[in-house]
Amino acid sequence: MEPVFKMSRQEKTAMILRYLHRCKRYFAAGLVCACLSMILNAVTPQIIRITVDSILGAAETSETPSSTLLSAQSALQRIGGWLGKEDWGSLLSPAALRANAVSALWMAACAVLAVAVLRGFCSYGQRMYLAKGSEAFVKGIRDDLYNHIQRLSFAWHTAHSTGDMIQRCTSDVDIIRRFVCNQLMEVVRTVFLIVLYLSIMFSMNVKLSLVALAFIPVVGISSGVFYRRISSRFKLADEAEGALTTCAQENLTGVRVVRAFGRERYEVERFNEKNEAFSRLWIRLGKLLSVYWASGTLLTCLQVMTIILVGTWETVHGGMTLGEFLAFVTYNEALTWPVRALGRVLSDMSKAGVSMDRVGYILRAPEEEDDPQAQEMPQAGDIVFNHVSFGYEGQPVLRDVSFTIPQGSTFAILGATGSGKSTMVHLLTRLYDLKEGEGSITLGGVDIRHLRRAQLRRRIGLVLQEPFLFSRTIRENIAATHPQASEADLRHAAAVACVDEAITEFADGYETLVGERGVTLSGGQKQRVAIARTLLSGAPVMVFDDSLSAVDAQTDAKIRQALKKNLKGITTILISHRVTTLMQADRILVLDGGRVADIGTHSQLIARPGIYKEIYDIQMSSDDRRWLDGETEGTAQKGGER
Amino acid sequence: MAGFDEQEYTKSFDIRIWKRLFPFLRNRKLDFAGMFLFNGVCALVDVIIPLFQRYAIRNFIETDQLAGFLPYGLCYLVVIIAQSLSVVAFTRNSMSIEMNMGKEMRRDLFTHLQTMSFSFYNVTPVGYLLTRVMSDTTKIASMIGWDMTDILWALFYVSGTFAAMLLLNWRLALVVILIVPVIALLTGYFQNRILHWNRKVRKLNSRITGAFNEGITGAKTSKTLVIEDQNSESFRQLTGSMYEAGIRAARLNAVYIPLVLFFSTAAVAIVLLRGGYMVGEQVLEIATLSTFLTYAVGIFEPIQMTAANIAEFISMQASIERVTDLLDRQPDITDRPEVVEKYGDVFYPKRENWEPLRGEIEFRDVTFRYPDGGENVLSHFSLHIPAGTTVAIVGETGAGKSTLINLACRFFEPTEGQILIDGRDYRERSQLWLHSNIGYVLQNPHLFSGTVRENIRYGRLDATEEEIQAAARAVSADTVVEKLERGFDSDVGEGGDRLSTGEKQLISFARAVLADPRIFVLDEATSSIDTQTEQLIQQAIDHLLKNRTSFLIAHRLSTIRKADLILVVKDGKVVEQGRHLELLKKGGYYHDLYSRQFAEENAARVLK
Repeated sequence: MEPVFKMSRQEKTAMILRYLHRCKRYFAAGLVCACLSMILNAVTPQIIRITVDSILGAAETSETPSSTLLSAQSALQRIGGWLGKEDWGSLLSPAALRANAVSALWMAACAVLAVAVLRGFCSYGQRMYLAKGSEAFVKGIRDDLYNHIQRLSFAWHTAHSTGDMIQRCTSDVDIIRRFVCNQLMEVVRTVFLIVLYLSIMFSMNVKLSLVALAFIPVVGISSGVFYRRISSRFKLADEAEGALTTCAQENLTGVRVVRAFGRERYEVERFNEKNEAFSRLWIRLGKLLSVYWASGTLLTCLQVMTIILVGTWETVHGGMTLGEFLAFVTYNEALTWPVRALGRVLSDMSKAGVSMDRVGYILRAPEEEDDPQAQEMPQAGDIVFNHVSFGYEGQPVLRDVSFTIPQGSTFAILGATGSGKSTMVHLLTRLYDLKEGEGSITLGGVDIRHLRRAQLRRRIGLVLQEPFLFSRTIRENIAATHPQASEADLRHAAAVACVDEAITEFADGYETLVGERGVTLSGGQKQRVAIARTLLSGAPVMVFDDSLSAVDAQTDAKIRQALKKNLKGITTILISHRVTTLMQADRILVLDGGRVADIGTHSQLIARPGIYKEIYDIQMSSDDRRWLDGETEGTAQKGGER
Repeated sequence: MAGFDEQEYTKSFDIRIWKRLFPFLRNRKLDFAGMFLFNGVCALVDVIIPLFQRYAIRNFIETDQLAGFLPYGLCYLVVIIAQSLSVVAFTRNSMSIEMNMGKEMRRDLFTHLQTMSFSFYNVTPVGYLLTRVMSDTTKIASMIGWDMTDILWALFYVSGTFAAMLLLNWRLALVVILIVPVIALLTGYFQNRILHWNRKVRKLNSRITGAFNEGITGAKTSKTLVIEDQNSESFRQLTGSMYEAGIRAARLNAVYIPLVLFFSTAAVAIVLLRGGYMVGEQVLEIATLSTFLTYAVGIFEPIQMTAANIAEFISMQASIERVTDLLDRQPDITDRPEVVEKYGDVFYPKRENWEPLRGEIEFRDVTFRYPDGGENVLSHFSLHIPAGTTVAIVGETGAGKSTLINLACRFFEPTEGQILIDGRDYRERSQLWLHSNIGYVLQNPHLFSGTVRENIRYGRLDATEEEIQAAARAVSADTVVEKLERGFDSDVGEGGDRLSTGEKQLISFARAVLADPRIFVLDEATSSIDTQTEQLIQQAIDHLLKNRTSFLIAHRLSTIRKADLILVVKDGKVVEQGRHLELLKKGGYYHDLYSRQFAEENAARVLK
């Protein structure tokens, strides 16, 4: 089930702020640079305006210089004052400009270039600071998520699907990153741009500015609304792509089945059908997109046209100079695209809320925590299950299970799938905890709930039925439990697990990469590497949870022999439904429906009717035993030689 | 195998590779024509709009009158409407090109893959193939559809703008053109570096996804091994390199873009200076100067974008190469033309000409080595298997038990010698004829996403509901199906992952029963299935073996004992053959293999 979880706005803000904390300086610096760069950007049209109006004399009629020119004049006066050239300000007087047209033109061109250089630095700073902020921000979230997930309880892990979690950690994190680092920044920048440019425009011509202002909500909102409509279509198309990919993938993975049933044509037809559907959806989406883009273009062009038309009208009627008109048109054009993008960004931003919920859901799940008054790990001792009853979500799995595993003995558990074998292991390693009234498990007399999880787990070496290997080298995988292990110890552990030979046969030996980016190991090889890994940890308790199931009988026997030699003094717990795997244990527990059905040695158990004997009979039907009886002597000698 | 996904083609531009795209482009002539035309219109309007501004300055502002203002406005309106309509048109053209091309490439690749031999699948990871079928085709198609549009528009726009500038004032135009090579050089320098780092960032990104996957799926293992800190530390290293790479990529852009901007502003400054001077000299109108300024500001972004687009476009060569390489790959096993003539091919079988298959198989003096291996796995091997025989193949893990099956099923063909089915060399008949008569059940059965019913029906597509249920009953799969929430309509999940291995196996048996094959192949599961289910499976196997020639890769004694013939494989070679008791009496390798499993038990018995 998809867990639905919603955070309040404050919580979301708090979450974002927490991660922004480490990189807020970058973002602040980036924004400052961005604003400076926009201000500088606004200067160039003013230079052009002055050039047109005052130098080239388009506005000869108006003898009063514009406010911009006056302020530029006073700025230059001040700079000149610092440099001891008091007369610099007068260089910009209308009369001087017109008189000295050539040098004034040089001045204008140099000013344009100077602004460009300054803007280049600002733009560099903006990009670098924002990139640093963005990378640091996303690194913070990713690291936290990964670390947190490692420490979530096992129950939490089983309750959530891997694919969904990965999606939350990747796509949703990306959406949040885009929200903070691109969209929020974009909005801040665009708002600043609108305010800056509009105020300049208003200072030049109020009537024309009102026209430009009127377009902003129209362009922004229409773009946002349209974008939102299209996004839902995108989702459909994505789903179709997913179906197509699945179809291809299943065909390729199942190529043997396809061939064996001669279903090539059927497969091609199925694929084509999905291929067709996918393309059709996109073509239909394309039609919508074309309207969206075209209408955007149309609106933008309409705005530009309106400003040119009204501007012309105004200029002709003396409302503004030619230079002002040109500057105005430039500002207006600079506004249109960001405004269009703003509409899209704002409507896209709503997605981030959902992603924050999805990521926040993981981050808020409680980590495993140890008892604050945890006791010291006992040196050694028996493992005792005391009236243990346990279940998942009301479904009882273990019912009043009691037994003792003496230290140093070999203990076997036999039971059908679902009889609760693995649950016992989960409880022993505290992947699940027993609650009050569900009995207790003790190690050396101490209730394991009062022990630190890490210490307990280090004490118990567990090999799982479907072991997980990390996509690292084989050496790193085996040495994971004991990174300082010597080469000899490592090889020895591998040899005991009967995998040393197989590993050395790989071209890269122990340096062979395992998993996605490397070699795919067979199920049996994986199990054996996992055994070596656990052996190397040197844990005094070893649990083999059906961990030789993918190994054939001969290798199984070989490994068990080697283990027996090497696990002297170590408490060994074997879980299996292969009688041959278990029958040598000191004691065998038979689990049936979560209860202890029987407990005893192999010979005791086959001597009396019960599940054990039944399974034994299934696994070794009568004529084999007859054969074994007849051949006992010869084989016994062989056995004795070993 | 690790080489597969890392493989990168760094060859320089090669027209022969690009020519391979023609067959996919040929059907899209109309779309391409539209793409040219409408992008042309679009670019033309973009060139014209600054001229409207020029007209307004010359005819209205400078003359201080508004005569002809209305027609002027209407003209302007018509032009921008034309442009918007062109946008609608070329967007549709592009989408149509992208989608139809992608569709055709995917279809061809997929169809081609259906004919490839097992030798190919054995050495090619599924992920590699999937990337070719899905990502590479998508990349090529979208490049052709969209990047070409962008490039076309930019070419039209840039040449249109230059033409307009040259016409307006060629001396001033030359000034602007001077800047172009600078921008081109800059782009050339930066583009490859940016591409390189972007690729690196993408790679690191997918490694981070992989690490999350591992952190989540391996959580249980990490906990029990108590290596959480270790994992977090290596993850932090990974995100650390991502941080570095991200910054490196950003720095390149942060230098490149301001540089381009600086040079384009330089063009503006020069125009202002030169143009202003010319206005003073009365050889240039202010209106024209303002148009030049607009052009100078607008032209460099398309140039820079086009340079980037072209670099990206050329990098597509690698994708084309990967796709065409795959299309060129010939299957190792093909039917001879006369065979296809008579029996049809995989896609269009001529079932009416198919002889019924009885299931008698003969290996006649067969020598075989795998295409990628130098050593003979079989040499001069002969074996006659009468119809209806159950053949068990035993041996240690990795001894090469599946070789014989691969040969018998014609997944591989003998290097020398013949394999006869019903007395005729199987190469005289089509692969599909043989494959349609084989039921194949794998160790880890593969199901397709869909319902249980659809999966069983895969055995025979025209089976009726009754037949499907009967098949399920025959192998006791019905008990499993009943337990599922929606019975036969239950969704099995992707690859059947909502079912347990045992359940999947029973359903795959039902599928095989429905196909009613004459030859049945079972790669027996070694993985743990609880005893009760295992019994069901044993019964199902018994049912399937009846009256069929069957090959079993056996791990269980019960299965082996039932066999009519046991082939004992060691180091890829058949070292012994015979019935169970015969082989035991012989006291050879089989005896050794068999008794080893019980050595401990015997020892224990003696010690007692």
